[in-house]
Amino acid sequence: MTTWLMAGLLFTPLAWAAITLLLSFRNGRWVSWLGMLVQVLVSVGVWLLVVDRGEFYHGLGGWDAPLGIELRVDGLAIIFVLLTATVATACGWHAGMYLDSDKPWQKHFWPLFWFLWAALNSVWLSGDLFNLYVGLEVITLTAVGLVAVGGQADALRAALRYLLVALVGSMAYLLGVALVYGEFGVLSLAVVRELQAENGVGMTLPLALMLGGLAVKSALFPMHGWLPPAHGVAKSPVSGLMSGLVVKASFYIAARLWLELGHEAGSLALAQVLGVLGSAAVVWGSWLALRQKKLKQVVAYSSVAQIGYLFLLFPLTLSVSEAVSLQAQQGVTLQVVSHALAKGAMFLAAGNLILSVRSGEVDALAGVGRFLPFSLFSFGLAGVSLMGLPPSGGFAAKWLLLQASLASGQWWWALVLLAGGLLSALYVFRIYQASFVQDSDLDEFYHPPRSLELVPMILALLALGLGLVVDPMLTLLGRPFGEGSVP
Amino acid sequence: MSLPSLLPLFALLTSLVASVVIFSLPEKSYRLQTTVNLVAALLKMGLVAFMAWGVFHDTEYRIGFTVMPGVEFLLKADALSMIFAGLSAVLWFLTTLYAVGYLEHSPNRSRFFGFFSLCVASTMGIALAGNLFTFFLFYEMLTLSTYPLIVHRGTAQALRAGRTYIFYTLTGGAVLLLGVAWMHGLAGGLEFGQAGQLGETDPALWDSLRIVFVILIAGLGVKAALFPLHGWLPQAMVAPAPVSALLHAVAVVKAGAFGIVRVVFDLYGTEFTHELGLLEPLGWLAAFTILFGSVRALMQSDLKRRLAYSTISQISYIILGLTLLGPIGTAGGLVHLLHQGMMKITLFFCAGNYAETLGVHRIDELDGAGRRMPGTSVAFTIGAFGMIGAPPLAGFITKWTLGTGALAADMGWVIGVLLISSLLNAAYFLPIIHRLWFRKAPNAWPEEQSWGRFETKALLLWPPVVTAVITVLFGLLAAMQFSPLSWAELIASKEFWS
Repeated sequence: MTTWLMAGLLFTPLAWAAITLLLSFRNGRWVSWLGMLVQVLVSVGVWLLVVDRGEFYHGLGGWDAPLGIELRVDGLAIIFVLLTATVATACGWHAGMYLDSDKPWQKHFWPLFWFLWAALNSVWLSGDLFNLYVGLEVITLTAVGLVAVGGQADALRAALRYLLVALVGSMAYLLGVALVYGEFGVLSLAVVRELQAENGVGMTLPLALMLGGLAVKSALFPMHGWLPPAHGVAKSPVSGLMSGLVVKASFYIAARLWLELGHEAGSLALAQVLGVLGSAAVVWGSWLALRQKKLKQVVAYSSVAQIGYLFLLFPLTLSVSEAVSLQAQQGVTLQVVSHALAKGAMFLAAGNLILSVRSGEVDALAGVGRFLPFSLFSFGLAGVSLMGLPPSGGFAAKWLLLQASLASGQWWWALVLLAGGLLSALYVFRIYQASFVQDSDLDEFYHPPRSLELVPMILALLALGLGLVVDPMLTLLGRPFGEGSVP
Repeated sequence: MSLPSLLPLFALLTSLVASVVIFSLPEKSYRLQTTVNLVAALLKMGLVAFMAWGVFHDTEYRIGFTVMPGVEFLLKADALSMIFAGLSAVLWFLTTLYAVGYLEHSPNRSRFFGFFSLCVASTMGIALAGNLFTFFLFYEMLTLSTYPLIVHRGTAQALRAGRTYIFYTLTGGAVLLLGVAWMHGLAGGLEFGQAGQLGETDPALWDSLRIVFVILIAGLGVKAALFPLHGWLPQAMVAPAPVSALLHAVAVVKAGAFGIVRVVFDLYGTEFTHELGLLEPLGWLAAFTILFGSVRALMQSDLKRRLAYSTISQISYIILGLTLLGPIGTAGGLVHLLHQGMMKITLFFCAGNYAETLGVHRIDELDGAGRRMPGTSVAFTIGAFGMIGAPPLAGFITKWTLGTGALAADMGWVIGVLLISSLLNAAYFLPIIHRLWFRKAPNAWPEEQSWGRFETKALLLWPPVVTAVITVLFGLLAAMQFSPLSWAELIASKEFWS
């Protein structure tokens, strides 16, 4: 059973990618909806497996490391697998109805979508520096392709820019990996950690290189410039995938590296620098979000700010007590999950709104609250999570991070968290406000089909309710970013 | 899990479910929306009355679950929560009736009533919250659900007021969150209802506890409109009349005051707060806010703005009562939660009636309105005399109890504050009453409407009349067993002699 499920997690998406390569967009849609169902079932199956037997390592195809590909299935990985299943299904479902099936280039959407899903799952499960690299590269390439599926000239330009920046990031990461390999001759993260502890060799430079490369790919301030054009120009379901999942992949790797190697190789200075850059991203990203005229650009800049919070992980897990570190890890995990759900909901809802008012401008929303409350409501509920107000997952994340920063005496991060919440309220309420304006003459809107409106609502409700079901999730997380034994 | 322990949850769910149902109904089915709203409101009144009866007989209703390790979501019905829940349940029903009359034939009613119910659900959650974390949850939900009501009209002025409101309340919320989280780190998740539990903590923590206290009061003080955090309240006046009424009487302002009551009374305990040296400064601040609000009210020429500043002043009576160390003063403060709510909602209903029926917004346009709208004007007069503190109305009971409490606590200066404030109240209410009854009416009102056989729509007339009658009864029957005063005395005596 285990073998089948683990293989299914990676090979179902690959199989579907191959099948949809041969089909038109319209036919690919039906096939893909079926595939999503299969993939969700497999993901849930793996989840039940972990609940049942705990965390485990699995050699794919029966080959163990160092020869085969070894998968590490722990609580954190499974949370990400489930998150991916949720967000990708929502975006895929939405895309099937939202994208214009007449455009010839649209047929590339499904294969790219499935390759992306496979690559994401491989990143969540890999415990090996090189496999992580491969997964990351596939993610980048498919993501660039998906942005370009938008079709217009500015989509191509944004995609190209994204590609170039991402390649620079990959280079830095790969250089770090090469240095590690040169030192120890192995790539398994767990083994590297052990060797490092035994030999006391300083790995600060490779670690810093890898983290730097990953930070570029996660659009950490001041390397965030590529993100808003790419996420803003892409078609809405694609933007949801990008902000919700793709940027999280590089952060996930960075977090894994830090928690495995950071104790030995990390330094307080590096941790604080990353924290400060994250804080700057929160402030600057929110400010820019406030200044945007286009709805989707607001949402895209908000991603820059929200990703900033994630980087508080670094200062809050180094040289602090076990309990504080745990709280910080839980908080950051929750922030990833709730942001993915909320941002997915927001982009999809924004897509619906743009479809209705036939304009991407924020000001065009005037009076829309009166005639199109449903998508606006989804947008609003997702906004509650972004602002970190209860009972959303964003609030629970903020609460845990606040506790961690107060308990560790690093109170300045608490101020960043509170200020960040207020800044996000500024740009979220700007949208609400625009929709409440009553003096618009326009009172006829296109009404998108209900099923199109339902998807963002479901995601938004998940993000909103997440804060109330944190306990089961933290239990599943167990020892997050596990320090599991070497197989 | 027995059925009685689910009651607090049901009380919360009545308005939450009503809100969801109303949102999902189309704009056209207005009659159905109204029915849902009223049935839910009646149901909630019944539930709260039942719980109050149980609480009186020492039944405890509680329900909760663990949100995060060490953090609990807890709903609990105790004597103090019943004061706020009762107020909110009764006024929800009356305000819904009023709003149905007020918003007839205006757009966006489904949105309005949906958020209106959500707002009441939040106040119910605030009333029933069993710890600081749960309180914060609903406190922020209240902020979000009132915003759409304030900007309901969508005019530039309304949007500006909404912006100010959100700026103040969300900042207050962030400050409060810091306090709540810090408190959690220091002392864990403390449950409301065991007074003075912080007094047993390590004295080394007391300095931090002082800081946390100041942070908590600053966060809550925004909604309670404590000086200098009151700036949003007069601006929020642009909201439709039923919203202002609810905002001032039970929802936002009262939520802040209730939170301060919970923190001082339940969390720190009055005596421990005194020991920390924080009770007296809070008393000064409250006293200053009382006088400041009254003076500013005197300067307003717009009726609703004058009422708004009057609220700033009146809310601080509650806080002042808390700081009078002793059961009598505390009872005076607690009872004012109810008394102020009843009187202020009467006044706002009346102000709404003048605006809707005659198009009158400014005080100098009210000349002779008493003859044209006798029912409304009698209600207004009762509310105003109540605020001034004329016997035998509810406001008199408050001021009398506060005065006695001040003497018992050796804080004679409070009497002076009460006297000056009453004089100021008289100074800004009596001229209005004079205009209503003793001046000649103008030849034409600014925008007169006539509706049916009454002076105004029946649905606009009866709610203020009912609340005015209740104001009289609160005063006349203060010595009865179930009067607000006896209830407040019961709570206060538990605090000091347990």
